[in-house]
Amino acid sequence: MTVQGESAEHQWVDDHAGPVVRPYAVTRGRARPVTGTFDLISLVTATRADVTPEVGLGPEHLAIVGLCQRIQSVAEIAAHLDLPVGTIRVLLGDLVARSLVQVREPRTTAGLPDNSVFEAVINGLRAL
Amino acid sequence: MDYGHSERPAGATPLPTAIKILVAGGFGVGKTTMVGAVSETRPLRTEEVLTESGVGIDDLSGVESKTTTTVAMDFGRITISDDLVLYLFGTPGQDRFWFVWDELALGAIGAVVLADTRRLADCFPSIDYFEGRGTPFVVAVNCFEGARHYRLDEVQAALNLDPGVPVLLCDARQRESSKEVLITLMEHAMKTRDARRRAD
Repeated sequence: MTVQGESAEHQWVDDHAGPVVRPYAVTRGRARPVTGTFDLISLVTATRADVTPEVGLGPEHLAIVGLCQRIQSVAEIAAHLDLPVGTIRVLLGDLVARSLVQVREPRTTAGLPDNSVFEAVINGLRAL
Repeated sequence: MDYGHSERPAGATPLPTAIKILVAGGFGVGKTTMVGAVSETRPLRTEEVLTESGVGIDDLSGVESKTTTTVAMDFGRITISDDLVLYLFGTPGQDRFWFVWDELALGAIGAVVLADTRRLADCFPSIDYFEGRGTPFVVAVNCFEGARHYRLDEVQAALNLDPGVPVLLCDARQRESSKEVLITLMEHAMKTRDARRRAD
């Protein structure tokens, strides 16, 4: 698409360019978190009721701390902030490094000592 | 900077454990419908953005300007108790997103494979995948209006399933019916686990 009359430097930003701020920009170009792996169902909770803006924390970091006043999974944080999971992982790594959130990795079936989790889920589903 | 006043007492509320169940099947078979029928919230959507290099066999011809692909997953949540939360994930339908499946299936307690008898072959890749991984699964035949009803043993034979794999009819729109599917899956997963433990 070429729009006549526009200067050459603007021509590369057309309708197909998508959102102006890319997810990648939110993480300042980082693709991997500084710490942690963050499964989709790792549960995250904020360690403080609020955080004042400081160097190195963007609005998305603060939004995560706000959201995680209630326990949320990584997938839920991504859905509520409308950002890709990979971006959320990077931001969570920053927050863990500053001890602003606490993370609990999920249990795997192999790691369960007995059937109590299965039984609890079955009873919980029946009670819904 | 002083955060002291807002600091929470450490360890006052231990975080609950999260577990997950996958809901798989062909496009339009009712995966998100089932997730929504039992979830305590409306189904949420999360996205993974994949770069071109991450999409091995993606055919990008004709869309040369597109360098990323977005894979969307719908999911829901059921709080079982203060220390146990169950997440249900609908798997992305396209075969080329297997590596997203690998991440989803890691640590999953089990899977529901939704089937539509009008397009039974659509659920073959899901069944092959969970058989190959050893993930316990059940096949739930979503009873669409206008679809011919088959007997469960006919479906079992058509899918060439191991005799131990539960097959049941369901209506993915109905909460009670979807609950029954999940309970059947949990019971099957528990039996599978016990059998494997005895074999060890």
